[in-house]
Amino acid sequence: MLELAPGANSSLLTLMTFFPLLGAAIIAFLPGSQKQMHRYVALGFTFVPMALAVFLMLGFDRTTTEIQFWTQVPWISAFNIEYFIGVDGISVTMVLLTAFLSFLCVIASWGIEKATKGYFALFLLLETGMMGVFVALDFFLFYVFWEVMLLPMYFLIGIWGGPRKEYAAIKFFLYTLAGSVLMLLVMIALYFNVSDPVTGEHTFNLLHMMDQANHGTWMLDPNIRHLLFLGLFVGFAIKVPIVPFHTWLPDAHVEAPTAVSVILAGVLLKMGTYGILRICFPILPDAAAWFSWSLAILGAINIVYGAMCALAQTDMKKLVAYSSVSHMGYVLLGMAVFNEAGITGAVLQMFNHGTITAMLFLMVGVIYDRAHHREIEGFGGMMRVMPRYGTMFSLALFAALGLPGLSGFVGEAFVFVGAFQVYKVITIVSAIGIVLGAGYVLWMLQRVFLGPTNEKYADLPDINMREMISVVPIAVVVILFGVYPMPLIEMIRTSLVHLISVVPL
Amino acid sequence: MNFSWADVGYYIPELIMLGTFIGCIVLDLVIPKRTKLVFGKLLAGTVLATIVALVKPPVGEHFIFGQMMVVDSFSHFFRLVFLGVTLVTAIFSFSSREIMGRDRENQSEFYAMLALMCFGMMSMASAADVVMLALTIELVSITSYVLAGFARFSLRSSEAAMKYVLWGAVSSGVMFYGISLFYGLTGETNFAAIRDGLAASSGHELTILVGVIFVMAGIGYKISAVPFHFWTPDVYEGSPTPVTALFAAGPKAAGFALLIRFFYTTLVGGDGGATVEVLRNVQWDMVLAILSAVTMTWGNLAALRQDNVKRMLAYSSIAHVGYLLMGFVLLTQSGLQAILFYLLVYAIMTLGSFLVVIALNNRMGSEDIDDYAGLGFREPVLGIAMFVFLISLTGLPPTAGFIGKFYLFAAAVEMNMWWLAILGVLNSVVSLYYYMRVAKAMYFTPAPEGQTGRLGLAVPHVALVVLLVIPTLVLGVYWSPIKAFADRSVVGFWG
Repeated sequence: MLELAPGANSSLLTLMTFFPLLGAAIIAFLPGSQKQMHRYVALGFTFVPMALAVFLMLGFDRTTTEIQFWTQVPWISAFNIEYFIGVDGISVTMVLLTAFLSFLCVIASWGIEKATKGYFALFLLLETGMMGVFVALDFFLFYVFWEVMLLPMYFLIGIWGGPRKEYAAIKFFLYTLAGSVLMLLVMIALYFNVSDPVTGEHTFNLLHMMDQANHGTWMLDPNIRHLLFLGLFVGFAIKVPIVPFHTWLPDAHVEAPTAVSVILAGVLLKMGTYGILRICFPILPDAAAWFSWSLAILGAINIVYGAMCALAQTDMKKLVAYSSVSHMGYVLLGMAVFNEAGITGAVLQMFNHGTITAMLFLMVGVIYDRAHHREIEGFGGMMRVMPRYGTMFSLALFAALGLPGLSGFVGEAFVFVGAFQVYKVITIVSAIGIVLGAGYVLWMLQRVFLGPTNEKYADLPDINMREMISVVPIAVVVILFGVYPMPLIEMIRTSLVHLISVVPL
Repeated sequence: MNFSWADVGYYIPELIMLGTFIGCIVLDLVIPKRTKLVFGKLLAGTVLATIVALVKPPVGEHFIFGQMMVVDSFSHFFRLVFLGVTLVTAIFSFSSREIMGRDRENQSEFYAMLALMCFGMMSMASAADVVMLALTIELVSITSYVLAGFARFSLRSSEAAMKYVLWGAVSSGVMFYGISLFYGLTGETNFAAIRDGLAASSGHELTILVGVIFVMAGIGYKISAVPFHFWTPDVYEGSPTPVTALFAAGPKAAGFALLIRFFYTTLVGGDGGATVEVLRNVQWDMVLAILSAVTMTWGNLAALRQDNVKRMLAYSSIAHVGYLLMGFVLLTQSGLQAILFYLLVYAIMTLGSFLVVIALNNRMGSEDIDDYAGLGFREPVLGIAMFVFLISLTGLPPTAGFIGKFYLFAAAVEMNMWWLAILGVLNSVVSLYYYMRVAKAMYFTPAPEGQTGRLGLAVPHVALVVLLVIPTLVLGVYWSPIKAFADRSVVGFWG
């Protein structure tokens, strides 16, 4: 049972969540021709949450499972809906990641010329939605943020996207909505069958839902619990995405503008696994245990299938998109084993994949801006043409394949250490993914950066200052947490150990 | 039948609307160039009636005019809904080319008809006797026929009116036949008396079932539930758009008011939702559930294929009837409360989306989705407003439509009506596709060559649209007072 940390309400998270929304409102009232103004407002209003994130990181108590920086205010009292937000070890890293990537993505979006007003307003709205999902501790509030985030995403892909943007946008919207409406029904069912221990009324409070003592008699039936778990799981699985619900992802990632791809892969995919950790596991731990081996198998399928698909791609962005499918498989595998190493690895992987894949998409965006295509075969010898760019891209690629010393390695290693203790065969099969991963990464590296220079692109300018500013901070994080991941691990470990302790294996 | 002047006191808002109607007719006859005056008269009358209704909300149940009508919080709720719908429709009609175009020679009659229809709908929500039920239904229907055919030189409009009349006549006939069966069994015309009579009788199960089904068919036609919906798309498409907006929001809500009132006093009421003994053998909640399921699925699937926004909204309105019926199936208080809240929300967002269609039609003379290309950038305020209405109709937060649907689904889940709830949410996903087709045209498709400037919409149009966007968004974030108002309005059925 999670407790609230002692002390009064804190407005820090509320500020972090709604500050971007305020920025969106301001941009909406600026004249459409003031493009530079839109950019600077967006920059300012994403910088503040990032600055606040530093306070959050410093003030976060790593030794407790309690909910920190919480705010709890009644919202719709007739239905016991509350504005209840807070963070613990599971969500804090995600909040940091969101604030960090959103800020960098505004820098990466500097080159957007088409309808900047709409773009940056929607982008800020998106940040509010994402932030809200990670801090909400009331299921209703969680759901509202979860859906609100879809609207800006739909437009960001649909208006500023590539050639097949319309198809990709509606596909993303339909897939995610299909998953989330099931979640809506389960949420309502939970509401009617969980009671507040103090008042005895129904509640949306996630902490109350996590306490098994509050569950009503209807929820004692294991079959019902399994179905409820499935309903929630499918909603989150579409977001992760878990094969076979992944087909929206390559379309959305490829068509979306660079910064939106970064957010999609860096933050949105994590919402799926975060939802499973925050909602599925603690509320229905017995069902989680019951499904654990199927989760592990799904994880292994994701790892291997995603890697094989990535191997077959000729488009760089699509390759990175499928590599995300593969990497999210590690998260799922780590979560499915319910031991400390596995689940810590999973959350580490969530954070690290967020940064690494963000870097990859930014790098692909840089070359796309110059060459106006992303075909791997079209390049060659780019390392000579764009040495700084090549170095940064290689760093990201090596991190993606899990090179020790870079952050990608840490999460994967933890996952395998944890998983091997429980599911030997599945883990061995999953390890094929590492080999395949090295395959698609190195093969792409070789074809794009090594070999004879393609004369057509011999005079492409190297990565410029603005692009460097957007990517270097991520590179620093990737190296830092690759060499010394302890700060990150300490932040998440206490909460995760508590989480697995409630799962009856 | 005894008449007392005290009864009139409970009926003032309705009488004001009736007076407005007569005033409009008289003004129309005696003063030349009178459209503006008639319009002003209608506005004044509606506003006055609203104020009276707000100042004097009924406390408790008042049977008036010899038990013919009942004024209670339920009829009060609908009163306000109808007055609001009439007001919005009137204002928008006044600047609509389809109503006020130069070639329309009977403009002021339109506002008189609007007043009469409002009177009819308000009375419909208060009917407590089958005679009154028949009268009010006919009153609303006949004014509807006139309004549907208002653009009498338009072939589409005339066809719409004709179809409406034919369907209306048949379904009224069927319904009255069903009512006659109840009268034959019990010898009573009052809803409550019929209930007592049915409870006392025995051995007429089949007759009662046939009666229920026939009445259901009649009301089903009014609310356009599948399979009584065939008139809807044609009438909605053919009628002038302000009339379509009115049809989608007004008579439909009136139909629901009647449905709830009739079933809850005649067949369900008495002891807290228990069905009258003779009907226990018929699983008519299952019949209604299937009706609801078929209606929402049919409406949504048919809407997928429409290229005309008006026609698409017509089918979507059928789908929404399906969602609303979901609350009715359950026979629970929370189900009814959800219906009332949703009807209000539905009226706001439907009026809003039709108003956008009207505003665009005034300038472009077209309602094809393809002609909406690029409009989101040409008319930013209207574009955003339309998007808000569309996501509200889909049922996504943070809009009122989500809250409305949330309560409907919650009512279904509470009663473990899982299959219907799952079908309902999946239908929402389907509906997203066709609603977003409009958004896609407005924002993703570039405007045709040479058409990039503003459309030059009238400021009052845009202002009214914005006025409807505000409650759509505000009710999505804070809806407690309105929900409490809707909740209070149905408690009368539980004594």
